[in-house]
Amino acid sequence: MAKLMYRDAIRNTIFQEMQRDSRVVVLGEDVVGGMGTAGGPEAIGGIWSTSTGFYDAFGPDRVIDTPISESAIMGAAGGLALAGKRPVAEIMFADFIGVCMDQLWNQIAKFRYMFGGKSICPAVIRMPCGAGYNAAAQHSQMISQFVTNMPGIKVVMPATPADACGLLRQAIRDDDPVVFLEHKFLYAMSGEVPDDPDFTIPFGHARLARAGQDATIVASGMMVGYAETAADDLARDGIGCDVIDLRTTSPLDEEAILDSVEVTGRAVIVDEAPPRCSLATDISALIAQKAFASLKAPVEMVTPPHTPVPFARELESAYLPSPAKIAAAVRKTLEYR
Amino acid sequence: MQLNREALTRAYRQMKLIREFEERLHEEIQTGEIAGFTHLYCGQEAVAVGVCEHLTERDKIVSTHRGHGHCLAKGCDVEGMMKEIWGSQEGLCNGKGGSMHIADIDKGMLGANGIVGAGAPIAVGAALSNKIDGPDENGKLAVAIAFSGDGACNQGTTFEAMNLAVVTKAPAIFVFENNHYSEHTGVDYAVGTRQDIASRAEAFGMKVWRADGTDFFSVYDTFRDVLEYVRVPGNGPAAVEFDTERFFGHFEGDPQRYRGDGELDRLRAERDCLKIFRKSVTGAALLDHADLDIVDADALKAIEDAVTASRAAARPAPENVLDNVYISY
Ligand SMILES: Cc1ncc(C[n+]2csc(CCOP(=O)(O)OP(=O)(O)O)c2C)c(N)n1
Ligand SMILES: [Mg+2]
Repeated sequence: MAKLMYRDAIRNTIFQEMQRDSRVVVLGEDVVGGMGTAGGPEAIGGIWSTSTGFYDAFGPDRVIDTPISESAIMGAAGGLALAGKRPVAEIMFADFIGVCMDQLWNQIAKFRYMFGGKSICPAVIRMPCGAGYNAAAQHSQMISQFVTNMPGIKVVMPATPADACGLLRQAIRDDDPVVFLEHKFLYAMSGEVPDDPDFTIPFGHARLARAGQDATIVASGMMVGYAETAADDLARDGIGCDVIDLRTTSPLDEEAILDSVEVTGRAVIVDEAPPRCSLATDISALIAQKAFASLKAPVEMVTPPHTPVPFARELESAYLPSPAKIAAAVRKTLEYR
Repeated sequence: MQLNREALTRAYRQMKLIREFEERLHEEIQTGEIAGFTHLYCGQEAVAVGVCEHLTERDKIVSTHRGHGHCLAKGCDVEGMMKEIWGSQEGLCNGKGGSMHIADIDKGMLGANGIVGAGAPIAVGAALSNKIDGPDENGKLAVAIAFSGDGACNQGTTFEAMNLAVVTKAPAIFVFENNHYSEHTGVDYAVGTRQDIASRAEAFGMKVWRADGTDFFSVYDTFRDVLEYVRVPGNGPAAVEFDTERFFGHFEGDPQRYRGDGELDRLRAERDCLKIFRKSVTGAALLDHADLDIVDADALKAIEDAVTASRAAARPAPENVLDNVYISY
């Protein structure tokens, strides 16, 4: 075990996989960061510091600094993968999915099925996502709802440094395209990460972050920490919560959610995306369909409102879910008669 | 140089106002009072002002993530902008947008933009609207201008917008501000045509111009020709590339490790559009130092007032999150 920041867990995992497998290549804007400058070639090594030292170690063929051209980055990741490489593409902010949706949704996601199973497409698309530091409407969004809705794409939302490592290694070794939604606000989070160079976490297996009998809180990404804080606060009042960290939203660990709700009879779904057609509504529907008989109260959703992400500090905090909002939702399920 | 004293003073004041706005933000941001990402326009003032001094309120502009200069040059209210950057309810966008999303539609300022390359198609749409509205009583069209960086010129949206403008003969002007960097990456690496963005636009079938973006007069005189051409119905779009410099980091907090030794000092000494302007107007005895010093003091005071007002301005309340939506769930 080593204590690592989330961002370093990501960097180290990619680095190790590049050492292990010469098919792994990295591409994205400023992943070298300094090409064509006096201070280059590597001046920054990725704006999130998730590719520092890569260029020196692996050179320009495998560490591809791209112009500002998200469609080309996404499409090239698809082409590299179809041609036998294992690209790890960085879309600097998940919001820029808007620029390159076709190459992800109509191309990468569909190859394997549309080509009758004759191809694999082992592309990893890293998309730093989420709100928390007032980056406003076009640099703060949660996009899990779009990508989870895409048949063919696996979607990962690591909530801890260890998970970032184990899930990313799984993503790189996986034969299907994976959208890896790393939360920008978690980059500086530190935690124990296994040293084992083959440490992977299989997809579709949720993590029980807290255990309790009274209510089930389902969360992903940055929302997991908020849910844990809420659960800890509630525990001081004698209310016990299961906190289920989904880890991957596609495939979804339905069993973990349903097993928990069968015991608690109360469910609160926390989601950083707007409330319609989202993980929150999807999981609420799952529970209504498959755990109806266990429910003691209506399912509660804690989500932002149906608006873009606002800029001002006061507005962004009002927009985002919070531990207090989650705890209030849990209490509401407990007070239901 | 066909500008009279008044016009010269006004142009200088606009540039100085942008400079002081940005220099002040650079300081204020260090204290942590201002939230979010801020990209400063310092060093590029002559472009925004040399372009916008020609425009009327019917002409539209679409800006970038580095938008403060374009906004001020197009006439956005200094205090309203500063309050927006401060996240105040009294800001131009009620604190919803912040530095990267300042807009003032009445002024013909259709928005700064957080998405690199997103502006050019929007400008073409505005230009098509101008074309539909037709020429004024002098037979001239209103134009729409897309400001884009050397980085944005690599985006497919920019290419598509240029072609759409050409085939529809839209009165659009693509202003490329080549400040040699897109974030940490050099233009020599990222733009395949190296230091030449105008040739790309030319390949799309447009008339193009090039000028030194650190010299107000070079920008102003060149842009007069560009405008004269695009205002003629039937001529269609044009592009102009300005060679310019950014004095601060890509965003506030950028360590700027991509810069060469002494690069910033050299740029500030040799490529400062305000110094160059002062030197040429005093040299030609069009204005004297005392005139310019008055403008300097005046600009500084306007910024000081805007900051004081922003500090005291009303903050948004949580319920304001739901303003400007047609439905909530
Ligand atoms: C679609 C998109 N990709 C990437 C970014 C991140 N980004 C913001 S500004 C910038 C560099 C832009 O360079 P340039 O167009 O030259 O403008 P400058 O910053 O020099 O004014 C990048 C990569 C973005 N905001 N939007
Ligand atoms: Mg640039």
